[in-house]
Amino acid sequence: MFSTDLTSNDLIFLVQGAWVTIELTALAMLIGTVFGTLFGFVRASFPTASIPLAFVLDVFRSVPLLIQFVLLNSAKSIVGLKISPFTVGYVVLGVYAAALCTEIVRGGVLAVPKSLRLAARSLGLTSLQDTLHITLPIAARVAFPGWLNLMLAVMKDSALVTWIGIIELLRTAQQINTRINEPLFVFFIAGLFYYVVSWAVSQLGNQAERRLQND
Amino acid sequence: MIEIQNVHKSFGDLEVVKGVTMNVNKGEVVSIIGGSGSGKSTLLMCINGLETIQRGSIRVDGIEVHAKGTNLDKLRRRIGIVFQQWNAFAHLTVLENVMLAPRLVLKLSRSEAEAVAVKQLKHVGLGDKLKVYPGRLSGGQQQRMAIARALAMSPDYMLFDEATSALDPQLVGEVLDTMRLLAEEGMTMILVTHEIKFAKEVSDRVAFFHKGVIHEIGSPDQVIGNPQKPETVQFLKSVL
Ligand SMILES: Nc1ncnc2c1ncn2[C@@H]1O[C@H](COP(=O)(O)OP(=O)(O)OP(=O)(O)O)[C@@H](O)[C@H]1O
Ligand SMILES: [Mg+2]
Repeated sequence: MFSTDLTSNDLIFLVQGAWVTIELTALAMLIGTVFGTLFGFVRASFPTASIPLAFVLDVFRSVPLLIQFVLLNSAKSIVGLKISPFTVGYVVLGVYAAALCTEIVRGGVLAVPKSLRLAARSLGLTSLQDTLHITLPIAARVAFPGWLNLMLAVMKDSALVTWIGIIELLRTAQQINTRINEPLFVFFIAGLFYYVVSWAVSQLGNQAERRLQND
Repeated sequence: MIEIQNVHKSFGDLEVVKGVTMNVNKGEVVSIIGGSGSGKSTLLMCINGLETIQRGSIRVDGIEVHAKGTNLDKLRRRIGIVFQQWNAFAHLTVLENVMLAPRLVLKLSRSEAEAVAVKQLKHVGLGDKLKVYPGRLSGGQQQRMAIARALAMSPDYMLFDEATSALDPQLVGEVLDTMRLLAEEGMTMILVTHEIKFAKEVSDRVAFFHKGVIHEIGSPDQVIGNPQKPETVQFLKSVL
């Protein structure tokens, strides 16, 4: 028969780790979405003037996350900033998400036909009203699937924060495994956690998408 | 009254409107016909300030459209425009499409805006489609919705830019009927159209555009029935 040394305490430990993963993802996506939306609009509306912004975002997109985590974590010690590794974790993930989200939003905004904006303006809507009531909601429909994928990617990438000493889902699995030495089983459960959360997010996403498509 | 005085418009080095002068009086229906690329759409966009002009002037009820201090958002409330692409706001229902500008621009309450929108949608024959999303409508219905959306602002002028060109042939009639209805009600209109028969029937005057200038303008019987310029004759032969 199958037997294991995994205790119920270990499971609680795993759930706590999973919760940290979810928190990191949520905070990073909050930062990423707010700034990504803002920057995405700027990139779509002022393509030339915003080239410097594009360059900076490109750097954050291309440098491996692990390096960014370790860099900011070390920099903060050198400068003497009193922020926790957890903060470093979600800030770095958030900036990374913002860089990717900018491209997603930019694509969405560019997908809104110019004639639609002209129609809105010719009804007397101001540029801001057009942006908020027409362009943003229509761009959001286009950008939504990409945004959802981004969220799932950020959740998986959040496992890298284990390198700066944050105890999230992957790290809890490692610690439990060190004690009971059942890698297959422990990591299977950890993987299952990731899968279940991703699955739930996708399901909610599909539902939201159907609602967005209005039928 | 719309007064267009010697208007020039260029895109970069390409001058597409080359000194156009014409007036449209209150209650008048003026059609603009002419070949592709002759500058018809561009002129319409200049009238409500969606495009800038390089020279000349356009005045709407005495207001200089292209003067520095002109509040274009305010001016545009009085000039409805319907484009070739029907430009439905796909994330809003038919009713919400029509209510949006009265709410945001005229600051009407929800119930006031709804009353206005329902009235205009009934007017164009879409009274039974209020809660439907535009994606479910035919092209002709979407175009009639676009007309209702413009009318909901109680404009003094309506500009139509080939409102039926993107429609399947069997849907053209219903949109033309709606436009005819407006003409009969006394709306001041400028129609850019390839529907020569329709133009002849509803217009008080017809202008023939060619390469950025008006070659002929006058009553439909003159310009369409008995054209004087070879370019006009040539054009009419190609479309009739
Ligand atoms: N935004 C723009 N930038 C550059 N060129 C433009 C722009 N809009 C129109 N043009 C050019 O101006 C010319 C006149 O275009 P316009 O759309 O006014 O013609 P039109 O008479 O409406 O033609 P059609 O019957 O095909 O609609 C064309 O050569 C077109 O390519
Ligand atoms: Mg045109």
